[in-house]
Amino acid sequence: MTEMVEPLTASVTVAGVNARLRRRYAVDRWFRALGVSAIVAALTFLILLLGTIIGQGYTAFAQSQIRLAITFDAAILDPDGRGDPAVLGTADYGRLIRQSLETLFPDATERAQRRELSRLMSPGADLELRGMLLADPSLMGRTEEIWLPTSSPVDQLVKGHTGRTAEEGGQFTDGELRRIDRLRSDGRLAARFNKWLFTQGDSRQPELAGLAGAVVGSFYSLLVTVLLSFPLGVAAAVYLEEFARQSRWTDIVEVNINNLAAVPSIVFGLLGLEIFLNVLGLPRSAPLVGGLALTLVSLPTIIIAARVALKAVPPWVREAALALGASRLQMVTHHVLPLAMPGILTGTIIGMARAVGETAPLLMIGMVAFVVNVPATPVDPATALPVQIYLWAASPERGFVERTSAAIIVLLCFLAVMNAAAIYLRKRYERRWG
Amino acid sequence: MQVLLVLLLLLALSASLYQVGRSRALRAAGGRTGILHSLPSYYGYYVALWCGIPAAILIVAWLAAEPTVLRAMVINVLPAELQGLPPARLSLLINEVRQLASTGDYRFASGPETKAVAEQYRALQGISFKAMVAGMLSLGIAGGAFALRAVRPSFRARNMVEGAVQAFLILSSVLAILITVGIVLSLLFESLRFFAIVPLNEFLFGLSWSPQMAIRADQVGSSGAFGAVPLFTGTLLISLIAMLVAVPVGLLAAIYLAEYADPRFRAVAKPLLEMLAGIPTVVYGFFAVVTVSPFLRGLGASLHLSVSSESALATGIVMGVMIIPFVSSLSDDVICAVPESLRHGSFAIGATQAETVMQVVIPAALPGIVGGILLAVSRAIGETMIVVMAAGLSAHLTANPFESVTTVTVQIVTLLVGDQEFDSPKTLSAFALGLILFLVTLALNVVALNVVKKYREKYD
Repeated sequence: MTEMVEPLTASVTVAGVNARLRRRYAVDRWFRALGVSAIVAALTFLILLLGTIIGQGYTAFAQSQIRLAITFDAAILDPDGRGDPAVLGTADYGRLIRQSLETLFPDATERAQRRELSRLMSPGADLELRGMLLADPSLMGRTEEIWLPTSSPVDQLVKGHTGRTAEEGGQFTDGELRRIDRLRSDGRLAARFNKWLFTQGDSRQPELAGLAGAVVGSFYSLLVTVLLSFPLGVAAAVYLEEFARQSRWTDIVEVNINNLAAVPSIVFGLLGLEIFLNVLGLPRSAPLVGGLALTLVSLPTIIIAARVALKAVPPWVREAALALGASRLQMVTHHVLPLAMPGILTGTIIGMARAVGETAPLLMIGMVAFVVNVPATPVDPATALPVQIYLWAASPERGFVERTSAAIIVLLCFLAVMNAAAIYLRKRYERRWG
Repeated sequence: MQVLLVLLLLLALSASLYQVGRSRALRAAGGRTGILHSLPSYYGYYVALWCGIPAAILIVAWLAAEPTVLRAMVINVLPAELQGLPPARLSLLINEVRQLASTGDYRFASGPETKAVAEQYRALQGISFKAMVAGMLSLGIAGGAFALRAVRPSFRARNMVEGAVQAFLILSSVLAILITVGIVLSLLFESLRFFAIVPLNEFLFGLSWSPQMAIRADQVGSSGAFGAVPLFTGTLLISLIAMLVAVPVGLLAAIYLAEYADPRFRAVAKPLLEMLAGIPTVVYGFFAVVTVSPFLRGLGASLHLSVSSESALATGIVMGVMIIPFVSSLSDDVICAVPESLRHGSFAIGATQAETVMQVVIPAALPGIVGGILLAVSRAIGETMIVVMAAGLSAHLTANPFESVTTVTVQIVTLLVGDQEFDSPKTLSAFALGLILFLVTLALNVVALNVVKKYREKYD
């Protein structure tokens, strides 16, 4: 007994208590600082991530273009003069560009120099001219000043991503650099809005690669996902919340749904590969199948969100409806569901936002093909936005780094819009039951 | 696309039969709607359901059977020498025919007979489609007519319709079970085929993984080794690094937000943290490749360490950051669920806030926190895109975080993306890996969800 009292009395001096208190409060402050630094560390990473992506990607929304005086020479494009679209579609538009460049740089007379000239322009410049002429045949014979895309190396040089000299990784001869500088000082070479990023499908050429195919593919997949997982998810939730009596069976279903929500998405991809492609023989790489796979991924999430929303509707709503003679189904469809709908929609939108960024299941069902065309229907081969990011990230060309980041920016914008819609719904229609 | 139009047609037919049924009921009531057993619209729904459901079932069955039936018909009309082909070659031929027929563009046909067969296939497809539409329309109308005959004022239309709706609700909830069963069956089926070639214990305990099969018998290192241990250790190494990042940061953040932060700070910081969870993993993967890996490599070089450009460390750190909000929001939930009375008791005997947290709140919340961490581990193990982009492809058996390792999910993706032959052990091994992945994550989830549930019940 005395041993225990003695140290106590020793410390119970005012100075001793104060010293201990200071120590204990110091620990408290340290603990608090640790908590703040954890949050700061996580948010720093977030800022670093977004900052890097935006910093790398915003340049891809502009594309270096050269303003050329193009003469739509009928002798080259349409020697028969009949305006046959088949002839116009296969004509040599590259020659128009070469002629225009050669009049700009009359000193380029040797073969090597001429080859350097044509290296300035993107192969897509020809297609651009063809598209213009096919859309507006009255251009024939006229001379127009037209902005055309440069090749990717020129684009990267203009944007300052690659160096000028060979030591800095530049790939241009002195003659080429002189010409590029002259074009810039003449105001003929400038970075302008990159419309190809939004109108083109994928391409091996970074300057021609666009997101249109991927966005449309994602849209179709998501459409299939919403159309399937929303009704099925709500129906399952309504059954479990409003109709099923608590039993072994509903317990099994409930545990099962909670587990499915935590199963890695790649496993759903394996299931999709086996069932939809191998057993049912649906087309590979199609947004339809992608949507089915994403339905598997998002269904458990939607069921859980819908159950939470249904649970939040107070029981007296149900009792009042039943007391007035409504059947159970009428009670649900006329009263409970409308009241729970904002919550269900919020959950669905969040589930869809997750599905938009989901990549692994789409890899499994083959939506990783190199697809140039924008898919016209949900059964055409396509990629999706996140898969496009994955594909571009694996491309070695320098020009694809900024494009990958740009694709990420576009994807994040979609996600931001969807989440904002969910937050708006929640704020606008959230009801507190007193 | 055509199928979509057919379904729209069916929908329109059902809608018009709804109108017919409804007006029929009203006419039968002769203006006194009170004598109808159900509201008039229920009679309409009843008729519409009888029209739509059998016809929809017909379409689904037709579409499911069509490829098989057409295949048999086409094989019957093949020239004799093609009919005698071995099954694998025949399948290839049929696939080509289907491909040609689906585009209607025969320029790339491998021979005149293929072109002829493809044209025939296309013609048969056209006939099949027309027959399907005709069958659907007649079945729909017949169903509707059958239902219309039952429409009388005393007919209990509402009960019938509600029965049908309830059946749909039950089927939807059973679907979740079916998905699980489908996962287990499909993984098990392919895995058993794999284990028929590669013995189970070699797969589970073998130390070398190189799934390339020999093209020539004398090739070096082409024996095709399927020992998955390096994949398991690689997965565990990366998950461990991820958890070393995510658990301390996530837990401390949750404690601060739940115990210290004032509500305004919390209202801003919590959604910002959760933004980390909303960013798609493919974005993290890209960030790991272009920013974190080169940074760590440079840092390692300046410290005279050799850090692989696909190091487990970089992958693990990025994955850890992805999991932070997962740990923090789950821990936040359980910490907030600890009753306020425990804190008040602790404060009343003079404990500081840190002492209260460490000695009262955390011990009380521990089961829930552990459950949350187990869920986070399961997520780390199953995470795919970050590792596919940032981790290596070749399997090294190592515990060195600076080296490159590969994971189960990386191998599943690399084995199944691109051209695949469906009988090679290389492809089948992906399903075996998928089965292991599913079982491990399932076990973790079951345990974790149980722990969390028990914990919730304790304080509810």
